[in-house]
Amino acid sequence: MDYFFQQLINGLVLGSIYGLIAIGYTMVYGIVGMINFAHGDIFMIGGFIALITFLILVSIGMTMVPVILLLVLLVAMAVTALYGWTVERIAYRPLRQSFRLAPMLSAIGMSFVLSNFAQVSQGARVKPVPPIITGGYTLHDSGNFAVQLSNVQIVVVVTTVVLLAIFTYIVSRTRFGRDMRACEQDQTMAALLGVDVDRTISMTFVIGASLAAVAGMMYLLYYGLVDFFMGFIAGIKAFTAAVLGGIGSLPGAMLGGLAIGLIETFWSAYFSVEYKDVAAFSILIIVLIFMPTGLLGRPEVEKV
Amino acid sequence: MTNAAPILAIDGLTMRFGGIVAINELSFTAQRRQITALIGPNGAGKTTVFNCITGFYRPSGGTMTLVHDDDATFRLDRLHDFRICKYAKVARTFQNIRLFPGMTALENLMVAQHNTLMRASGFSLLGLLSAPSFRAAERQAIDLAREWLQRIGLLDRADDAAGNLPYGDQRRLESARAMCAQPALLCLDEPAAGLNANESAALSDLLLSIRDDIGTSILLIEHDMSVVMEISDHIVVLDHGVKIADGAPRAVRDDPKVVAAYLGADEEDAAAVMEGGA
Amino acid sequence: MAVPAPHPASTEPSAGLGFILKKAVISALVALVLFFLMIGIRTEAGPSGQLIYWTRFGELAAIVGAVFVGSIVIELLRRWIGPVGGVELPASVRGGFAVLGRLLAPALLIFALLVPVIFYKERYLLDLAILVMTYVMLGWGLNIVVGLAGLLDLGYVAFYAVGAYSYALLAQSGLPFPHFIDTYPYVALDFQQLGPWAFWVLLPVSGLLAALWGVILGFPVLRLRGDYLAIVTLAFGEIIRLVILNWQDLTGGPNGISGIPRPTVFGIPLTPGEHGFAAMIGVPFSPTHRLVFLFYLILALALITNWVTIRLRALPIGRAWEAMREDEVACRALGINITTTKLSAFAIGAMFGGFAGAFFATRQGFISPESFSFQESALVLAIVVLGGMGSQLGVALAAIAMIGGFELFRGLDQFRMLVFGGVMVLLMIWRPRGLIGHRAPTVFLQKRTEISASLVKEGHG
Repeated sequence: MDYFFQQLINGLVLGSIYGLIAIGYTMVYGIVGMINFAHGDIFMIGGFIALITFLILVSIGMTMVPVILLLVLLVAMAVTALYGWTVERIAYRPLRQSFRLAPMLSAIGMSFVLSNFAQVSQGARVKPVPPIITGGYTLHDSGNFAVQLSNVQIVVVVTTVVLLAIFTYIVSRTRFGRDMRACEQDQTMAALLGVDVDRTISMTFVIGASLAAVAGMMYLLYYGLVDFFMGFIAGIKAFTAAVLGGIGSLPGAMLGGLAIGLIETFWSAYFSVEYKDVAAFSILIIVLIFMPTGLLGRPEVEKV
Repeated sequence: MTNAAPILAIDGLTMRFGGIVAINELSFTAQRRQITALIGPNGAGKTTVFNCITGFYRPSGGTMTLVHDDDATFRLDRLHDFRICKYAKVARTFQNIRLFPGMTALENLMVAQHNTLMRASGFSLLGLLSAPSFRAAERQAIDLAREWLQRIGLLDRADDAAGNLPYGDQRRLESARAMCAQPALLCLDEPAAGLNANESAALSDLLLSIRDDIGTSILLIEHDMSVVMEISDHIVVLDHGVKIADGAPRAVRDDPKVVAAYLGADEEDAAAVMEGGA
Repeated sequence: MAVPAPHPASTEPSAGLGFILKKAVISALVALVLFFLMIGIRTEAGPSGQLIYWTRFGELAAIVGAVFVGSIVIELLRRWIGPVGGVELPASVRGGFAVLGRLLAPALLIFALLVPVIFYKERYLLDLAILVMTYVMLGWGLNIVVGLAGLLDLGYVAFYAVGAYSYALLAQSGLPFPHFIDTYPYVALDFQQLGPWAFWVLLPVSGLLAALWGVILGFPVLRLRGDYLAIVTLAFGEIIRLVILNWQDLTGGPNGISGIPRPTVFGIPLTPGEHGFAAMIGVPFSPTHRLVFLFYLILALALITNWVTIRLRALPIGRAWEAMREDEVACRALGINITTTKLSAFAIGAMFGGFAGAFFATRQGFISPESFSFQESALVLAIVVLGGMGSQLGVALAAIAMIGGFELFRGLDQFRMLVFGGVMVLLMIWRPRGLIGHRAPTVFLQKRTEISASLVKEGHG
């Protein structure tokens, strides 16, 4: 039972990271109806920015861990958001009116560009960082197994919850949120009613990218490393999470993220680590067979 | 040879979506080699009835029985999806035209003969080898398509993309495509919608010739009352998913319940019913 | 769908130097923020494991400067050339292009047949030609699924892998259950006894196994549309790769399988010695013979794929694929069984992928999971989309351009994927509908008129 609880904690932490990335996929899908294949690589860039900022802050002699973390978070979010904005501007905006497959391939191309940009500019080797947040609590000790909750895990989950709260507020209460939801429904109508569609779409990419940057930083804190290839795997997992939750649905993305995180963790813990991704993908396929629009997706109404 | 049983008998058809009852205990029959019109105000559930008949919806209750000329009987409420067209031979058109816009008019009519050609092509094996038997079947299919293009006056546009044709031509092409599936019952969903007076008249002639020359029974949803009154043998009136009248055009037109339903819904529709046929 | 996004050049055609400079400054500033950390600072794991960093402000300045100048140049070029797509060619020129277009396919075919003659001495080019033909074949195979049936498949490489591993495993060890063979000798199949004929027997077997997997993938995705279909096919491709990677007993895991039997000229091995092909026809042995043979083999396989596809398009099954791409609901109303139509597209597309896979295995003599990553699927899909969905000639041209171009960039070394990705983005912006965007009808009464791409649907799958 203790072992189970430990895996539950680990799975929820991993799921939070996937969920943060998945939100970016689902937002972009909701508003422009395309799979942003480069989003996983935006997450990777976020990890790198966080790493480099951290390195600089430490080397100029800062020692207050909370201040460092806050600064790293802000810089990573801001710079990565600009990456998201630029990618949309260069690779997607010219194709907005186009056939459905063109922006998708453009996104795949952009994904190659970003991951190789990181490889060329920062080298191919894995970048390790020493643990920044140490310590933790023992929740329960049955003698042969102790359920641990580390401080990193607390930071990851708390940051995710706080950001989700802010994000939910933005989407449901602000002008931008209203514009975004209007554009999701009908861009032409939104434009006629005075919504700046271009800016709203840009903002969607900016917010999605900054949430991915948070995920990148959490990944760095939790696993203590980044590399140029991590965007691909994490991106596919997060996209899987978004689809599992029902693409276009924001709560669905978070739910899907948690589901994928839990599936992966439990499968590794009880069956085999090698097949954890196979398990996640298989469950995705099985869920979609029975719920073709995911867990929380709007069922597609067939208009005849 | 002539079969006395009605081609289509609908009994107690009910269709619910969640808590909403779209069709409630609807019963009517469509006679062989006749044109039966299904009319009613907007939202009366006419297209829902069509979707039940043609296998797009699975009805919540009731039976739908189709009898071919050779007495072969099909329970449409038990068949589903493509089987309705393939086995029961019911073909349909759509309210918002659903041609294959990137294929030519001729290709559209060839696709409609899929099942016949598929059999002839030996599930593609004979076709791949270009067997004489398949080539003959294909020539026959092209001839049938040519005949229909001629009937609807589109022979010279046979090789143009369907999406490039003017609206009225697209409507006629869709009817012709349904006929190329060689149906026993042809279901037309507002074939005259958006047509001008000339085109409407041409459509009426086409439908009458389908009934008289080819002997196909027709079930028709239509808002254009001049068309309905002119060509229908029998009219069924729906309102809010319930049948409110059923009979010959003249009788239906004078039925106070029908007038009330249309008046309640839309003055113009009501006026159209009352002046229909003029 | 949306309000037209105004082209920067077309909104303010008369804006002067100030506008250009302002734009360039903004671009440079954006570049500065983007690259300050990623290029200005270089991190690396130091000798004792801790992270070290050093600055590269020189490179940073150079790149930001390049963005500044580049932005000005692009803006000036835009004004020079005018709004993109505004150039309308005169009818005579377009007529000339049409003639050239008709001659292009036969010319390419003759050139392909002559490749081994022209480049007999250039082993590298022959190798490249074989690679290009492999992708032409993969592109044609995927074209059936994506281009004709309109089903988005992001996991096509799975079938390539199934074909390759089927051939490698069966050719090496017969059935992978030796004890089973001992117990029931009569049902045992030991493909090693086939000797030099192994490839010719196992090629169709590999294709059929891949087709079987196509159907297995097809079933769960029948009800799925659009991006749900995309992710499931992607997941399927990854599952196959991960299973190959981890099922070490069977597949050798990351080490792959080596010593896969090489192909024979219908039973005659391409080896030195008196039973080899060279000795049989009485010429001195040369290792180039094998390359030439492999080239003609893949050319033949690709041409078979092409021929079958062209034939199938004009058959009811192919017309049903295209009709399904155009409007699935209308297909159902016309009595077309969507289930079998979709499955047949998946199966036939997968079968050709399997053939290509078996060819790949016999050509390399060695396979490992590395060759079957998502990048391969993306590359083949890019070939199909860039070629113009559904166009056989377009796919061939795109394969030549993409694979050939990729080889051209070999000199760029580590920047290769960067340039490749960038080119992919630019190509899509330049021709979103592919090189050959129009559709040729499969049957006609009077004349064959080409159908403009704007009418042809992409399918929702």
